[in-house]
Amino acid sequence: MNMITITIDNQQISVPENSTVLEAARNQGIDIPTLCYLKDINEVGACRMCLVDVEGARTLQTACVLPVTEGMNVKTNTKKVREARKATLELILSNHDRECLTCARNKNCELQTISDDLGVREISFPGESIVRPVDTSSPSIVRDPNKCILCGRCVSVCSEVQNVGVLSFTNRGYETTVAPAFERGMDDIPCINCGQCISVCPVAALREKEEIDYVWEAIDDPKKHVVVQTAPAVRAALGEDFGLEMGTSVTGKMVASLRRLGFDKIFDTDFGADLTIMEEGYELLDRLQNGGTLPMITSCSPGWVKFCELYYPEFLDNLSSCKSPAQMTGAIIKTYYAKKNGINPEDIYVVSVMPCSAKKFEADREELSHNGLQDIDAVLTTRELSKMIKEARIDFLKLQDEEFDEILGESTGAGVIFGATGGVMEAALRTVSEVVLEKELESIDFEGVRGIEGIKEATIELGDQTLNIAVVHSTGQASKVLDMIKNGEKEYHFIEVMGCSGGCVAGGGQPYITAQDRWTKDIRQERAKALYGEDKNKKIRKSHENPMIKKVYDEFLVKPNSHKSHELLHTHYIKREKYTL
Amino acid sequence: MNIYRSHVLICGGTGCASSRSDKIEEKFNEVLLDKELDKEIQVIRTGCFGLCEAGPIVIVYPEGAFYSHIKIEDVPEIVEEHLLKGRIVKSKLFKESFDNEKIKSVNEVDFYKKQKRLALKNCGVINPEDITEYIAMDGYLALGKALTEMTPQDVIEVIKDSGLRGRGGGGFSSGLKWQFTANAEGDEKYILCNADEGDPGAFMDRSILEGDPHAVIEAMALAGYAIGAKQGYVYVRAEYPIAVDRLQIAIDQARSKGLLGKNIFGTDFEFDMEIRLGAGAFVCGEETALIASIEGERGMPRPKPPFPANKGLWGKPTLINNVETYANVPLIILKGAEWFRSIGTEKSPGTKVFALGGKINNTGLVEIPMGTSLKEVIYDIGGGIPEGKAFKAVQTGGPSGGCLTSDFIDTPIDFDSLTALGSMMGSGGMIVMDEDNCMVDIARFFLDFTVEESCGKCPPCRIGTKRMLEILEKITEGNGEPEDLDRLERLAENIKTSALCGLGQTAPNPVLSTLKYFRDEYEAHVHEKRCPAGACKSLLAYTIDEEKCKGCTLCAKACPVDAIEGERKENHIIHQDKCIKCGACLDKCPFGAVLLA
Amino acid sequence: MKSLEELKKIREEAIKNVDLRQEREGTRIVVGMATCGISAGARPVLMAMVEEANKRNLTDVKINQTGCIGMCSLEPIVEIYRPGEEKVTYVNMTPEKARKVIAEHIVNGKIVDEYTVGSVQK
Repeated sequence: MNMITITIDNQQISVPENSTVLEAARNQGIDIPTLCYLKDINEVGACRMCLVDVEGARTLQTACVLPVTEGMNVKTNTKKVREARKATLELILSNHDRECLTCARNKNCELQTISDDLGVREISFPGESIVRPVDTSSPSIVRDPNKCILCGRCVSVCSEVQNVGVLSFTNRGYETTVAPAFERGMDDIPCINCGQCISVCPVAALREKEEIDYVWEAIDDPKKHVVVQTAPAVRAALGEDFGLEMGTSVTGKMVASLRRLGFDKIFDTDFGADLTIMEEGYELLDRLQNGGTLPMITSCSPGWVKFCELYYPEFLDNLSSCKSPAQMTGAIIKTYYAKKNGINPEDIYVVSVMPCSAKKFEADREELSHNGLQDIDAVLTTRELSKMIKEARIDFLKLQDEEFDEILGESTGAGVIFGATGGVMEAALRTVSEVVLEKELESIDFEGVRGIEGIKEATIELGDQTLNIAVVHSTGQASKVLDMIKNGEKEYHFIEVMGCSGGCVAGGGQPYITAQDRWTKDIRQERAKALYGEDKNKKIRKSHENPMIKKVYDEFLVKPNSHKSHELLHTHYIKREKYTL
Repeated sequence: MNIYRSHVLICGGTGCASSRSDKIEEKFNEVLLDKELDKEIQVIRTGCFGLCEAGPIVIVYPEGAFYSHIKIEDVPEIVEEHLLKGRIVKSKLFKESFDNEKIKSVNEVDFYKKQKRLALKNCGVINPEDITEYIAMDGYLALGKALTEMTPQDVIEVIKDSGLRGRGGGGFSSGLKWQFTANAEGDEKYILCNADEGDPGAFMDRSILEGDPHAVIEAMALAGYAIGAKQGYVYVRAEYPIAVDRLQIAIDQARSKGLLGKNIFGTDFEFDMEIRLGAGAFVCGEETALIASIEGERGMPRPKPPFPANKGLWGKPTLINNVETYANVPLIILKGAEWFRSIGTEKSPGTKVFALGGKINNTGLVEIPMGTSLKEVIYDIGGGIPEGKAFKAVQTGGPSGGCLTSDFIDTPIDFDSLTALGSMMGSGGMIVMDEDNCMVDIARFFLDFTVEESCGKCPPCRIGTKRMLEILEKITEGNGEPEDLDRLERLAENIKTSALCGLGQTAPNPVLSTLKYFRDEYEAHVHEKRCPAGACKSLLAYTIDEEKCKGCTLCAKACPVDAIEGERKENHIIHQDKCIKCGACLDKCPFGAVLLA
Repeated sequence: MKSLEELKKIREEAIKNVDLRQEREGTRIVVGMATCGISAGARPVLMAMVEEANKRNLTDVKINQTGCIGMCSLEPIVEIYRPGEEKVTYVNMTPEKARKVIAEHIVNGKIVDEYTVGSVQK
């Protein structure tokens, strides 16, 4: 790489020639504030917070997108720079709903932080504020234009990363807002509810639709038997909200806190993941052996499923008919568990804690029900769970580790890794291989499907058959793969798709990570480490060896893909219109 | 080819077209046919003649008779008298064309005489829908010469040597721009023409496209040859239907003559172009926003660097110039850099087209050599201020420019002199103001435009200009506070240094320049709640002159808010606290007793 | 467009058409076109002059019409103004005579004496 020499704040430094001024400065330990900037996703130079003084330039320049040039002389901390940043920030604040104390992002807001950092103590330029209605129409995402600072991160992530593109800038000038086309409601557009827009929002303009109050109500209702289940990725990130290092697994503390919150039973969605592997694995074998539709594509990710229904309906037959692990667990709770414990299913209230906002949409899907009861009654994001823990004044860090409750709390390493991209594939391969080969695998670590590369491919020898498999994450990458399949460029037998980049660990319901932290850490890799670590330490690492799974089949489901399984654990999909008039 | 003894040129520019010059053309054809003159006299619809105030305009050659304000009813007389009997219809001539019993041809009229038409040379002279007329005017000779006798670098050198600077606003050296784009590495390069003319009142680019579209096509092909591009796009606002039609016709004709396409002039050079329609957003005149718009994105500017020369349309090296800049190019190639430098000033060679408007007699398009003084433009060409009012200021550069006072009226106009005075050349808007114009209100007007047209991407422009407008509104409504002026200045300075694109960076100019030259007017509004020009309605007070009031009660009856008190046959008074300044009393008073001051 | 020559050829032809609109110094030919002139046949005379001038690529000649010249009995009348020369008035013109005037007077610089007002009035 060619290096060039530039001067920043009187320090002469050598930097790679293709760096930006921001990169050069931060690597030198000189921080430049940013607001709209989000590495690799939103590099547009819009917010003007990163303005720096470059010798010879007519106006101040945006460090985030300014390429370095040989001999460049940059000043990041002059009176002119400070005043410009502050004046612009005051302007942003003058048109922002500044009710911080009651804001969903209070103490966790990038705008709040930068205002404090830059020492804003008054708004010098007050003026008219346009008050717009808050859109709560979506089951997953609340859009509050009064909080929006038009940084454009959501617009970029939705269109560039997810290839969905339902959010865009509309109107002009002071009237500009980020909104769906024709300012339709968030439930009236082809949004896949993935919540990536929430994850990247620096303020509370996009946030999940909270269900905390419903859950408290259920817990407080003596007639209700409230059961909670937690998705694999939750344990990999929940600790961050309590100050723990990214990538710290907090399974035991999480279970303990749930018990303190008053849930009657604490189950693990990992159990459902193991169950999914059994159903999905046998479904794959069936398709392979009996000429079913191939490639089979996983259906665990509700954002991905909705994406497929909206944008690639021609692939609906390729989707595995398996419900997602959370929905399977819900269905088993309201049938097998209810019967076994003599509880009326109508009295059971199933809460799932998910790293995901699309799960809120999924739980409402009519077909995910049995005997008129939805499999799941309320979905909390990881963030909502931490809010409940805080509200209940539980000292999370001091909790002793506790175990999940019996039967549906038992899981394997295969179930745990569902939370990272490649995890479902790896878990499926561990089971399918052994079932087909009828002997134990020497190594069950399928390294080829791990990691954060956008599209991962592998070939697996399965007896006399060679399987072409692919693992993709983010719906943007998924559309690339589907397009290649359509064009005949690629042929696969089995594909794992996760709606969010990195899989569930980086889902739209996970704790907020600031742009500043995303600069230094790849959250997808850091959080995945927690899951692979847990997998490694598990005594049982293959779904079909989970004794409780065996028990449920023996006592209730009979065998994978049985009639009973199909009734409770499988579903169907519908082609959805993008925009209905 | 038919030979005609007379040509009747009818202005088909947008201004005259909107006064139905097409119907006048029809009538001419009808009457000529009727008189069996259709084989002897040709009727031609041209582009804009420039003096829009006099429209619809008809010019008859060979005499160069300049008929103004022509109506359909006038046509038979002109045919019968002038075209048949050779007697120019003096009563229909443009007022200055008939002076002391002497008929002046169009080129002798002051408005045209003092101009130097390069970019507009064919406008109003040729039929823009006939490529052979352009060729007759030496059209495509420059392209032929370049392709057969010059290397691409030769072409760039001529443009560099000519000192041509961008006519769209920035005034950047065109030659350097061409050189940068030629030097940039890329498998493909593009030539763009910015025809998204957005300054209120400016319409030179439209006129060129309407009157001489081939000049732009030829220049773009020349640019393509110079920098190594095969494809060009003209980004033109959809509100310019005539320009779009004529340009399309011109492109089609150039293609059919092999002047666009492959193997132009028998060489390996190929070039073709297409029109892209814009929806008329002001910001799309900013080159990066224009590029975004062509790419199908929302028209929002992108930070520079990287400049389009390195990373433009679809990330490829792109040369972008505006219409007027291109219109100069074929002439420069044909006549040489030295010839071009002989016109205008040293740092700003050539001419500039201005759109004259506001309080001036001859509103319209004028093209003058750089270095002409404001005074010459306003008085000699523009015919001065109507109704004998006093000149107060001239605003140049549209919403990005500033106002200059009579102190600067002898300033020779060029890029640098205007910038030095806190205004700018811009795309060539020139609005004249007289004593009745309030400068605070003028600043408010321009800012109102910028606020409307801000794309909304960066906060300094999106919110900052809005806040400035709010303060100006407050001041013109009489609610200004002393600290508002400081606040305005602080905002203005910050927007200038912080905004993302040229639109935002220059948006405060009208405010800053009026604050600089007319601060007393601002202060009168703020401290005395008074508008010296008498333009800000909220600051006016209606009073009743005791001497003149007869106590007729008409004013009191007319007042919608019962602000006027007084018994019959007694003096009436207006309660200022109740008055809403609607002016109903003034209109009603039969004795002129209601005063406004 | 295959070559510069091709363009120049088109240009030569096209120039004739727009020439009328150019400012020019040189010969001015004026044809009387009042009622008297027209009834005596001034229109074909005017057209003949325009055509002949075009045919000969006379780019420094401007052919105007005017009203009554004042000698109605001698119409059609053609007046020729050349820089540095006195005005020459041709009378009782026909298209044939007009062509001859262009050929002799305008091109060769020889006044066609027999058509001038002087010789007719003698």
